[in-house]
Amino acid sequence: MNKLATNRLIDIGFKYVGIFCTLFGLIMLAIFIGYILFMGISRIDWDFMTNLPSRNAAKAGILTAWTVTVWILVLTALIAIPLGVSTGVYLQEYGKNNGLGSIIEINIANLAGVPSIIYGLLGLEIFVRVMNFGGSLLAGAFTLALLILPIIIVATREALKAVPKSLREASFAMGATKWQTVWLQTLPAASGGILTGIILALSRAVGETAPLIVIGALAYVPFVPKSPMDEFTVLPMQIFNWISRPQHEFLINGAAAIIILLLITFLMNAIAIYLRNRWQKKINW
Amino acid sequence: MKHIIEVTKANIYYGTNHVLKNISMSINENSVTAFIGPSGCGKSTLLRCFNRMNDYIDDFIKEGDILIEGKDIYKKKVQVEELRQKVGMVFQKPNPFPKTIYENVAYGLRIQGINDKSVIDERVEKSLNRAALWKEVKDSLNKSALSLSGGQQQRLCIARTLAVKPSIILMDEPASALDPISTAKIEELINELKEHYTIVIVTHNMQQAARISDKTAFFYLGELIEYDKTKDLFIKPKQKVTENYITGRFG
Repeated sequence: MNKLATNRLIDIGFKYVGIFCTLFGLIMLAIFIGYILFMGISRIDWDFMTNLPSRNAAKAGILTAWTVTVWILVLTALIAIPLGVSTGVYLQEYGKNNGLGSIIEINIANLAGVPSIIYGLLGLEIFVRVMNFGGSLLAGAFTLALLILPIIIVATREALKAVPKSLREASFAMGATKWQTVWLQTLPAASGGILTGIILALSRAVGETAPLIVIGALAYVPFVPKSPMDEFTVLPMQIFNWISRPQHEFLINGAAAIIILLLITFLMNAIAIYLRNRWQKKINW
Repeated sequence: MKHIIEVTKANIYYGTNHVLKNISMSINENSVTAFIGPSGCGKSTLLRCFNRMNDYIDDFIKEGDILIEGKDIYKKKVQVEELRQKVGMVFQKPNPFPKTIYENVAYGLRIQGINDKSVIDERVEKSLNRAALWKEVKDSLNKSALSLSGGQQQRLCIARTLAVKPSIILMDEPASALDPISTAKIEELINELKEHYTIVIVTHNMQQAARISDKTAFFYLGELIEYDKTKDLFIKPKQKVTENYITGRFG
């Protein structure tokens, strides 16, 4: 066989390897989603969404879990977005590009990879004990905010890095201060990328369970919390609680709750993709 | 003629790289001065000293004095934002803000805290007129500046600079990214603008320098080799290396 034929063979060969690899992931996901839908879809109705948790599987609902999930998402966003975006702006636009800067950069990237249960332990010590929030919604929101902070910082920096230098130069040359340049030019130009990062970070926070278990989220909360200082549970906790019970009915409840959780994350990702596309269309450098 | 910019024994370093060597020169008010020379000769670096755009380079070191209207612009108490309102800049690649045409011209006023609509309206129209762009865009002021052609974008960048009433306009190869027709328009514009403004232009195009400038400075390897009336420099250069460069024997 000559060289050309071998090259062609490798080319075709890789195509099929690629197809197999792609299908592997897709099929696994399809099996999982199909199974969950098959088990849980018929359980989802108005009552399921509006009932409080109960010992009786047929009466149990996820009102507490999903409302608190929304609550905690809003609180987490309120804490993490200003902190994360400000940090990212400072590091990218104001910080000097020296040795210390790159050490900080590497460490933040590393923090994004720290197991979430470690953040739970940190939250337990600082927010639950030292700051005396107790096992409350607020402590949970702070802990989750801490967890997604590195993701938001990195996303902010990357989005700012993608803004061309010529835009900053144009603004400076007009006599703008650094703050005016950041606020009026760089940040708006990077907003699509930053928003995408924020939403992806928040959709990670929605699914987190481990750190919340550590700080004392309860599995059974038979009321809707009225203040951030109340005890709480979230959807992943509720799911975890239901599927660890022996009765089949609770397993079905769990599957139904998983569908709701998937819907929430799916929706958030869709918003992120929409924003990213809209942003890319709007600005052609 | 009055000297609006005076450079005395300026040495510029990027770290250990000595990019400008012992430069002394004066630039006349309300005239066009061209900086020519091969790439890397330091002409853009000197241009960017006049509005302190080099401040953002970490290892930038300046020795000697640069005076604009008699004042040392590198003194500690000088407010760089104020300096840049007086010394505007147009860049090589048109870089309008991703905003409307109107907001591009209004930007310089807004950052100074001017928000009176009638004042801004008037200044926008006047600046666009001066930049020979008003007729083309007067019905589409609310369109994105990025929808304009390259040549129009560059004239918009000039209008944006004019809006804050500078006395000096620095141009860093303003036509090198444009087609010949747009280039001709920019050159015509420069010719009109020099009545009210001092223009310092860096260019790689020697015909352009010959066409539009009153005085030309030739830089080579960080040194100011020759600085004279454009006519004299192009017709009878005093230095051999200038002659070699303008006749295209190296570059």
